[in-house]
Amino acid sequence: MSPWTFILDHRGEILSATLDHFTLVVIAMAIAILIGVPLGMFIVQRPTLRTIALGIASIFQTIPSLALFGFLIPIPFIGGIGKRTAIVALVLYALLPILRNTYVGLTGIDPAVLESAEAMGMTRSQILFRVRLPLALAVILAGIRTATIITIGVATIAAAIGAGGLGTFIFRGVALVSDALILAGAIPAALLALIADFLLGFLERRLRIS
Amino acid sequence: MNAKPASISENLIEFRDVAYHINDIPTRMIVSDISLRIPRGETLVLLGRSGSGKTTLLKLINGMLLPPKGVVLVQNCATTEWNPIRLRRGIGYVIQEAGLFPHFTVAENVALVPTLENWDAPRTAARVQEMLHLVGLDPRDFAHRLPRELSGGQRQRVGVARALAADPPILLMDEPFGALDPVTRAELQREFSALVRRLDKTIVFVTHDLREALLLASRIVLLQAGRIVASATPQEFLRLDHAEVRAFTSSLSVSPGAFV
Repeated sequence: MSPWTFILDHRGEILSATLDHFTLVVIAMAIAILIGVPLGMFIVQRPTLRTIALGIASIFQTIPSLALFGFLIPIPFIGGIGKRTAIVALVLYALLPILRNTYVGLTGIDPAVLESAEAMGMTRSQILFRVRLPLALAVILAGIRTATIITIGVATIAAAIGAGGLGTFIFRGVALVSDALILAGAIPAALLALIADFLLGFLERRLRIS
Repeated sequence: MNAKPASISENLIEFRDVAYHINDIPTRMIVSDISLRIPRGETLVLLGRSGSGKTTLLKLINGMLLPPKGVVLVQNCATTEWNPIRLRRGIGYVIQEAGLFPHFTVAENVALVPTLENWDAPRTAARVQEMLHLVGLDPRDFAHRLPRELSGGQRQRVGVARALAADPPILLMDEPFGALDPVTRAELQREFSALVRRLDKTIVFVTHDLREALLLASRIVLLQAGRIVASATPQEFLRLDHAEVRAFTSSLSVSPGAFV
């Protein structure tokens, strides 16, 4: 059977797996953004904490994804088999690009702009929210875009610990040596990544100033 | 010159034996032995080479730097006693390249301090119009532009308008025209000197350009290696017998073809 007829025959299943996959990515990204952006804002003025936070986030990135899922299973509360563990792992992966870009975006602002903001009598929080953050938005969004694409890819491996999603087809396909099954998972995952890249890239260009 | 003799005795800014050094290294002085009185209405030009401490003096006035030794008084209150935010909202600040907010329109940039001070919208809008006219920019044409859509000279005009918007009694200017091409610079210097004579502001102006100092100053203070070496009106300044003064005055004379 050709992959195309297989995909067409199973479009209902594939669509619901794509939806599962998408949900997994959206939840993980939402959590990663909620942690990464404020943490990035927090470490701007704190060099020691910055080294520690960026260091830890980098370490998570170096752990092979399948191993990270494996490590998390025995951990109580966050671990176990299923979606929750997968989300934790995905958040850990997505954190570094978001954290790093938030930090880089907030610190990479023209010093003359920050100097005049301070000299005009803006308070520290006014400078953060009215100057630094709006000017850093495009860079932060670039980090979110990178993280989203990584997460869409890594989320396929989440199927290994029973989190569902498009990885289910890929793992089954590998076990059964079926290209059709592998493609049924890989093609929608690639499409998701391309669409996310395009949309977030569009938003990023809209926000870029100068 | 000295257009406001009635109030000339009142010192708006005063340095009393001020020294400033890098962090915790008292031997590494940036400025030292600075005593200086700046009466209301004066346009004081701080002249000196790069690294002579001009910008440091400016930042000591608006509390961006606090003196480890001595006192800086602004309106008879030490900068260490002032709430830094209140102090700075009463002091206009213009720097090279203007430092305009790139994500704000011209109007929003000019409205910055009035907005921070919670002026109501009609008053702020009227003030923005007035300020843009003052610096020679037509609000209809410029109010909605972003800084990147302006030339260097126009950006600097907006910088001046922003600094004046909340009508601060003091204006600090750090080589505001330094990055402009010579023709635009001369144009802005001329307009600004005319503007200064109309506004009742106390201005401290930093430059390394003697020509600019002579044009704008009611008094020139010459800095060398962090110390004041001369203080004079522009007319007196040219006649002073000091090596650093001569170094600056000789930079004025040009003999065409002398090096050919």
